[in-house]
Amino acid sequence: MSAATVLESLQQQIVPAAGAATLSHDSCLVFQLAPDELVRTVRRLKEEFGYDLFLDVTAVDWPADALRFEVVHHFASSRQPLRVRLKTRVAPADPSVDSLVKLYGSAAFMERECHDMYGIVFRGNHDLRPILLYEGFAGHPLRKDYPKTREQPLVPYRH
Amino acid sequence: MDTPLANPVRSIFATPLREDSVIVNIGPSHPATHGTVQIIAELDGERVLRTDVHCGYLHRGFEKECEDHTWHNLIPYVDRLNYVSALVNDFAYCDGVERLMGIEITPRCRYLRTLLSEYSRLVDHLTCVAAGLMEMGAMTAFLYLVMVRDFMYEHLAALTGARVTYSYGRIGGLACDLPDGWLARLEEILVQYEDFVARVHALVDRNRIFIDRLRGVGVISTADALSFGCTGPILRSTGLARDLRKDAPYLAYAELDFDVPVGIAGDNYDRYFVRMREMDESVYMMRQLAQMLPEGPINVDDRRCTFPEKQRVYREIESLINHFKLVMDGPSVPAGEVYCAHEAPNGELGFYMVSTGSGTPWKVHVRSPSFVHMGAASRMLDGGQLADIVPTFGSINMIGGECDR
Repeated sequence: MSAATVLESLQQQIVPAAGAATLSHDSCLVFQLAPDELVRTVRRLKEEFGYDLFLDVTAVDWPADALRFEVVHHFASSRQPLRVRLKTRVAPADPSVDSLVKLYGSAAFMERECHDMYGIVFRGNHDLRPILLYEGFAGHPLRKDYPKTREQPLVPYRH
Repeated sequence: MDTPLANPVRSIFATPLREDSVIVNIGPSHPATHGTVQIIAELDGERVLRTDVHCGYLHRGFEKECEDHTWHNLIPYVDRLNYVSALVNDFAYCDGVERLMGIEITPRCRYLRTLLSEYSRLVDHLTCVAAGLMEMGAMTAFLYLVMVRDFMYEHLAALTGARVTYSYGRIGGLACDLPDGWLARLEEILVQYEDFVARVHALVDRNRIFIDRLRGVGVISTADALSFGCTGPILRSTGLARDLRKDAPYLAYAELDFDVPVGIAGDNYDRYFVRMREMDESVYMMRQLAQMLPEGPINVDDRRCTFPEKQRVYREIESLINHFKLVMDGPSVPAGEVYCAHEAPNGELGFYMVSTGSGTPWKVHVRSPSFVHMGAASRMLDGGQLADIVPTFGSINMIGGECDR
């Protein structure tokens, strides 16, 4: 399947179900999804359209918005160059989305990082221990309300 | 007060699976883990039953720090992600910002960036292969390769002023043009590279000790490699020819003739060989690029990002203001988002950047291949021998700077 055919079928088949899609200038198809549509859409992307590489997950913090956190997933295919970016907005009271660990092995590690940095909870990923931070780190450093100069509580001496 | 933790990390397994197995810490203070990665392993004698890989000992808040500086100021920071091939980081970052700004770089800059990206790949692979061989006791092969690498470091220092962290990319161009005689010296170094790499091939490729240590060790299948997000030499060593330089050509790669080497088994030997072959392809590309390199300016003529000539800054008020604004406020990047991926020596290096048009980035996220590969490391280590952890970990080529950010 060439990129053009994939683009066409993605737009026909997934867009009506998943809301608005735009083709960004970095040749990436961007979907704005509701949180409960995430896993279903990703499964279709993987199984029907050959998006076998889950490249990255991160979040963007928009403190002024009610749905403050935008969780951003990037997917690529080993067969054609069109990439897909999925965006999901979640509210700060319950910043959780479904985990992709059942679909991709890479989700386990990358979701841990996103949980470290933004406190996004990935439902179904049972291993959200700190990965870049350490046990006892207070807060989520990439949130905009975390000041850069904040000092962390002193960790007791470890033997 | 909670009871103090015995360790900054909490292992996913605290009790052994069996009565006679033992749980040990390997790293972070271990030369083979670069002092930054901790592997908690459960051993049955010399056999590794399961592992829990931790990184983060080199985390320094790169992404947070990025949100507090102008777009230009980040160039020295991105150098320090993968400090073995800093130029690739520079160019990937600059490419992302240029896409946000809608800038097309000049032809000379495009070819030079391609040439220097391949030069960086060469240096990176030399380091990885040399270190991997040294860890198995091949001191001669290590010294051969590192000697050539040092010629390259000196040569890049003649161009950029620094041996390792170059800060050579600029948004919309490069810091400076090539000095006189640089390409002639490049050819001399490439000839020496060929001589010494041929010696390493002769020492290692059919050496019984190395084949026994590398063949069938640290195996990962294509399906697993894809599922765990592996890219670069690790994915290609399993036989899948995925390479952004071919699949989604950027810079000048579409105009170059080159092959994408792949392995067969996805083991340590294949990763060694894929890297060795990729170096040859890089040399082949650099020779083509040295011939193709056009004359012309290296910076775009765009006052939003390129500094005016020094002489004009001294003579006219517009250029002085322009210079001042570029230093104080930085380039003005319009609101938008971009995911810019380059094929770094280790795999797909992606910059996901969000701008609100305020002069500093709203978000800079790095999709670093090393971090994702650490998530797949357990797949390659489990079931192997304790002694094989070192060569397998070496063949993944984890670079702490980009893994932990």
